[in-house]
Amino acid sequence: MTRLARLSQVLSPLVAVAAAFLVGGLVVTAIGENPFRIYGILFRGAFGSVDAIGFVLFNAVPLVFTGLAVAFAFRAGLFNIGGEGQLYLGAFVCTLAGLAFGGLPAVLLVPLLVIASAAGGALWAAVPGLLKARFGVHEVINTIMMNFIAVGLTGYFVVNMLREPGQMTPQTSEIALSGHLPRLAGPLSRIGVPLPQSNPLNLSIVIALGAVWLAWYILYRTRLGYEIRAVGINAKAAEYAGISVRRTIVAAMVLSGAFAGLVATNEVMGFRHRFLDNFSSGLGFMGIAVALLGKNTPLGVLLAALLFGVLNTGALEIDVFTDVPRELILVLQAVTIILVVVGNEVFARRAAARERSSEPRGDAPSAATQEAK
Amino acid sequence: MPEGHAVQMRGISKRYPRVLANDNVDLDVADGEIHAIVGENGAGKSTIMKVLYGLTPPDAGSIALWGRELRGHRPSDAIDAGVGMVHQHFMLVDTLTVAENVVLGDEPRRAGVFTDVAAARERVRSLSSEYGLALDPDELIENLSVGLEQRVEIVKVLYRGAKVLILDEPTGVLTPQEVRELFEILRSLRDAGRTIIFITHKLEEVLELADRITVMRDGRVAGVVPAQGTTKEELAHMMVGRDVLLRVEKEDASPGEPVLEIRGLSAAGRKGANVLEDIELTVRAGEVLGIAGVQGNGQTELVEIVTGLRRAGAGTVRVCGIETSNRSPRQVRDLGVAHVPEDRQARGLVLGFTIAENLVLGKHHRPPFSNHGLMALDEVRSHAERLIGEHDLRPADPDVDAEHLSGGNQQKLIVAREFDGGPALLVASQPTRGVDIGAIEFVHQSLLRMRDAGAAILLISAELSEIMTLSDRIAVMYDGRVVAEYEGGAVGEDELGVAMTGGAAPVPAGVARDGGGAEEGAL
Repeated sequence: MTRLARLSQVLSPLVAVAAAFLVGGLVVTAIGENPFRIYGILFRGAFGSVDAIGFVLFNAVPLVFTGLAVAFAFRAGLFNIGGEGQLYLGAFVCTLAGLAFGGLPAVLLVPLLVIASAAGGALWAAVPGLLKARFGVHEVINTIMMNFIAVGLTGYFVVNMLREPGQMTPQTSEIALSGHLPRLAGPLSRIGVPLPQSNPLNLSIVIALGAVWLAWYILYRTRLGYEIRAVGINAKAAEYAGISVRRTIVAAMVLSGAFAGLVATNEVMGFRHRFLDNFSSGLGFMGIAVALLGKNTPLGVLLAALLFGVLNTGALEIDVFTDVPRELILVLQAVTIILVVVGNEVFARRAAARERSSEPRGDAPSAATQEAK
Repeated sequence: MPEGHAVQMRGISKRYPRVLANDNVDLDVADGEIHAIVGENGAGKSTIMKVLYGLTPPDAGSIALWGRELRGHRPSDAIDAGVGMVHQHFMLVDTLTVAENVVLGDEPRRAGVFTDVAAARERVRSLSSEYGLALDPDELIENLSVGLEQRVEIVKVLYRGAKVLILDEPTGVLTPQEVRELFEILRSLRDAGRTIIFITHKLEEVLELADRITVMRDGRVAGVVPAQGTTKEELAHMMVGRDVLLRVEKEDASPGEPVLEIRGLSAAGRKGANVLEDIELTVRAGEVLGIAGVQGNGQTELVEIVTGLRRAGAGTVRVCGIETSNRSPRQVRDLGVAHVPEDRQARGLVLGFTIAENLVLGKHHRPPFSNHGLMALDEVRSHAERLIGEHDLRPADPDVDAEHLSGGNQQKLIVAREFDGGPALLVASQPTRGVDIGAIEFVHQSLLRMRDAGAAILLISAELSEIMTLSDRIAVMYDGRVVAEYEGGAVGEDELGVAMTGGAAPVPAGVARDGGGAEEGAL
């Protein structure tokens, strides 16, 4: 039974993805294109060359971070919709530190900037966390509001006070070279993987893998993780067990925000090397979808982020080589999410029905609900 | 007893994915009798009633009502055929009147669109007086006691023309007096020609009320017996399939030092009024203090304050001499206070956690289960394996999620966890609610073993018989106060029952039921 449940945990996203491709295919057919050709282009765009695969990974890295952020908070029963704002703050603080401490050697500056990225996101997430813990204000509202504040505030500073001298583009100057994360093209080509020098894949992918491991380790190996999961599943029981629900909520939000803030390691330290106003274009929100598809587990987030990396990368190819609008990929992603959610719900209901029936007690809720109709 | 069968169910089988809930069950209920169905949790008694009432289609079998085959397996089919069900959890709208609730969904109409309020009131009044229900049609539900709410449910069913009434565990939430009155009502319904089917696990009640008894075990009918000439022991044997110790043997207590001392404790409820008023209680090492009382008279709040889950208003609570009234639940636990909570699924378990994880809940922050912020998974696991063995938890697999356990095993899990480690004070709230007879026996014996090992035990139970068999001393709570205290064995059920209703007249209309969710009756 439990094994069956676990198996379907794994299977239902896969089925949903397959079904989504089917629906996408129908859409393509409806607009008069050959779905096999389009999907062929999509996958060639994602896997056709080492360069393409490099882009898939590069595109997946920020989604790993934002996906982890959403998934981690979710395990504490919190909906962190604020990944977008948190990653802006992470990138902003990271850039400030990179500009301010440019004199430090890489061995100090790189760790410092990684910490600054995480701290920026953590700080931004702490606010809704504290408001929830202290006043019981729902975090969904506050994280969304914090998004607006983050985008507006960083934009203001970048445009009005930190703009690169002599530039019209709303961006800061470049951070010190010693704060850059190296690209992987060089080392990879030395061991025979022909990744072009132009490919932006950088060391942040290692940080992303580390973050996946860290999220798993915290959740399943530490006391804090045990408490986070207890609060997430049953806050009343957690309270009964002597767990401070408030403190746990704040801790979970802070860690969640830290994961989101780490997006800066890819976007700032590894790629742009500066803060560009409005750079994210929804990475934080995409993290919600990634976490959903990944069933809020660290490993699931990793796999889901890779899938989204494939879709995003292949979408460019479709855009360039066909008349099919790249929005098709958005449709495909959205359909996948809907099917996963529906699949979850269907499975949850079946499991619940099975639970009820396996222990037919006098107070079976089915009787109540049906009577109430 | 009149001739003929009101209900004939033949060869009913119902398979759920993991269990055969009904296996070729035959049920005959004579017209105009009170027929009890008894059995342990999971014996299939609720399933067979759901099949009859049309909530669950059977896989096989047939149903006939007064000789006519029932076609269609939906509640509306059953209702049309004259079957009514009084659910264990009442489905009433608090802010509407009795009459409005009764007619809800089937209102008498005036000019086709308007509810004929006068007609509704008249119907309720006449049904009420016909069977001695003493209901005021214009009273708001929120002002009624549980016993009266139940009568509203009965009138609802009668209003819809039920000739067969199914009552699912109807006595769980009632005081002894209310139970007696309910029985009077059911007898008068029977005498007026209605047929009553009565699901319960309380054997005394069955023998007192029923004409005939169908005993179920493991989805089958274990026997059908007349109530007259049958004993509790025989019924228990049929239910469980072995002899059961119905009486707990216990030695006299040898109380030691006071462990729990409550002085002048008051606390305000949600609406501002005091839910606890000047409580004075002492529990000594090696004794069981039982708290009797109708649910919702402050017991829940008392337990929550003692365990640190709620703030005290005024007064002191000491555990082993240490003031605890404003300490956190963790600090209270760390003083050696264990707590079997009244609602195991809401408080006592994290259902999505494994058995092993649940078995350290509340102790997970201490060595050996965690060190320096890291969980010691090997310790957690070996702890689980030990307790699973000692308490015969099933399934005996530490990695199974608690939500897959039966209700009885969930309770055993909590008992195993809370009793382990030699607590100084054990607060046991409804420790056997919804638990099989076999498990009840086990929990009772464990409680007494704890007592004999020197633990102070505060026992709160809605089951008077449980209070009376286990307690060395009994305190009665009513309306947030301790209204009486007795030596165990020196008081009878009737006297307790009177004290539980504030020493007032037997019908406690408007017994205070406000207060922290105590009204949940998850039997």
